[in-house]
Amino acid sequence: MSNLPVPKLEEKAIRLRRQIIQMIHQAGSGHLGGSLSSLDILVALFFGGVIRYNCQDHNDPRRDRFILSNGHVCPAYYAVLAKCGLLDKKKLGSLRSLGSPLQGHPAKTFLPVLDSSSGSLGQGLSVAVGCALSAMIKGEHHNIYCLTSDGEHNEGSTWEAVLTASHHNLGNLINIIDRNGMQIGGETESVLALEPLAEKYKAFGWEVFIISGHDYSELLHALCQAKDSHRTPSVIIAQTILGRGVSFMENKKRFHSGVLSEEEYQQAMKELEEG
Amino acid sequence: MAHLKSQRDAYGEALLELAEKDERVLALSPDLASSTRIEKLASKLAEGRFFNLGVAEQNAVGIAAGLALEGFIPFLSSFAVFIPGRAFDQIRVSICQNKANVKLIGSHLGFSNAGDGASAQSIEDLALMRVLPEMVVLSPADASQTRSAVFAAADYQGPVYIRISRDKTAPVSQEENFVIGQAKVLHSGKKATLIATGPIISRLLDWTAELDIELINCSTIKPLDEKTIISSAKKTGRVITVEEHSIIGGLGSAVAEVLSTACPVLMKRFGIPDCFGESARGPEDLYQKYGLTKNNLKKEVRQFLKE
Repeated sequence: MSNLPVPKLEEKAIRLRRQIIQMIHQAGSGHLGGSLSSLDILVALFFGGVIRYNCQDHNDPRRDRFILSNGHVCPAYYAVLAKCGLLDKKKLGSLRSLGSPLQGHPAKTFLPVLDSSSGSLGQGLSVAVGCALSAMIKGEHHNIYCLTSDGEHNEGSTWEAVLTASHHNLGNLINIIDRNGMQIGGETESVLALEPLAEKYKAFGWEVFIISGHDYSELLHALCQAKDSHRTPSVIIAQTILGRGVSFMENKKRFHSGVLSEEEYQQAMKELEEG
Repeated sequence: MAHLKSQRDAYGEALLELAEKDERVLALSPDLASSTRIEKLASKLAEGRFFNLGVAEQNAVGIAAGLALEGFIPFLSSFAVFIPGRAFDQIRVSICQNKANVKLIGSHLGFSNAGDGASAQSIEDLALMRVLPEMVVLSPADASQTRSAVFAAADYQGPVYIRISRDKTAPVSQEENFVIGQAKVLHSGKKATLIATGPIISRLLDWTAELDIELINCSTIKPLDEKTIISSAKKTGRVITVEEHSIIGGLGSAVAEVLSTACPVLMKRFGIPDCFGESARGPEDLYQKYGLTKNNLKKEVRQFLKE
């Protein structure tokens, strides 16, 4: 994978934000808020020299794995995959249309390049634990990255997976939480409080990093440290902003899954041009 | 007296034999290894082949999916009320929508766990698994067929559910090989076709022959052997189904779905009516209450033949 300096990553992220907004606008539905809050995490992971991903040979068993557990933010992941050359860029416009490989929630049968289907919250971390356990059994040295949302930490199954990962000393597992503080019904702390989230993970035996999920140096630093943790699983609590990058969308619950009017769309695209 | 053996004992033995031959096979259990007879695998196999994943079925299903996506063949066994009951959506998304090569084993079918009562008695699992695209649903009739079903499931690439019983039951099938999707005519007859699944078939063997009823062991619930079922229904013009499962959604429903369009005939379904079970000192008390004893089934079928 490419190993770009921070300013290049920031530039790339602006272009990808435009692409995400365009894709969802064209599709007529989709989850803008989480796609934009998680994008910098994905950009750091895929273009900051973190993930070992052989784009020429995706079947290479030595490559790292990536499980998108909060599947509804897949527009961001699709845009990143296209940038990596693992997905035909022309397909981005087909998001959510009949027969498209870009299903509204990621589906491996439609897009085999995915490491797992997802979309139903609270399942991805368990699948990632399975992948990490497999590497441990086989003595393989790749890492398993999992992106989860804060909202899906409401699911009991997420905590079953958290418990299991430290029990088996899965140092090859890195969970990145897109901690945008918002879920479909409102602020995470008012719906079902997660804090103190870091302490919870620490108590479950994980190594914990708390960083800004929009600051590339912090992201890259935490990702590299997490990679070097061999005895315990790592969680990166990436503090992010729902709808990041478009002023009127930031931290607005409506944009969890709400669509933009034509006027809002034009304004969003203009802001990102200037940015 | 025929030699009685439980399907769960046969499962444990078959899985050990399979795991010894094939390194890709893993044994997983959400803390019911002893009840599903795979505890021996923990001591007999090398480290990393058996995992007790704790009382966390949803997570166990996700882990099994992840392991399968990495090339393993995980056998995940529990009570049928938990696998599939507790983890339906994980089975639906993480296993079936990934076409993950996971084998699920649901033990203690129907009333075979009599004592614990309704919460532990699985009467819905065939319905739950049958409705999932990609899922193959097996319901062997006895211990020996359980063994062959385990080997057939391992050979098949994709998700499989195998439903087994806790209790020692009588032999039904003499088949060495389990062919997925093939029902077996145990004896032919002209008056009616009786299609049954699971160990309850051992209660039907002798008297159906006496009454000139064609008896079919339908040990694959999905994909259903439509050809065998339709051709027998055409011949006899009357079909009966028997299963230790809810009357809704299981074998009887599957057969009715096929025959209602391909060959509508008089039909009678025997199973557990639309209600939960309850505690009893032994399964026999429950079979009695719900009319699934040999004598009652025989009486009801005779009556049906006169209709």
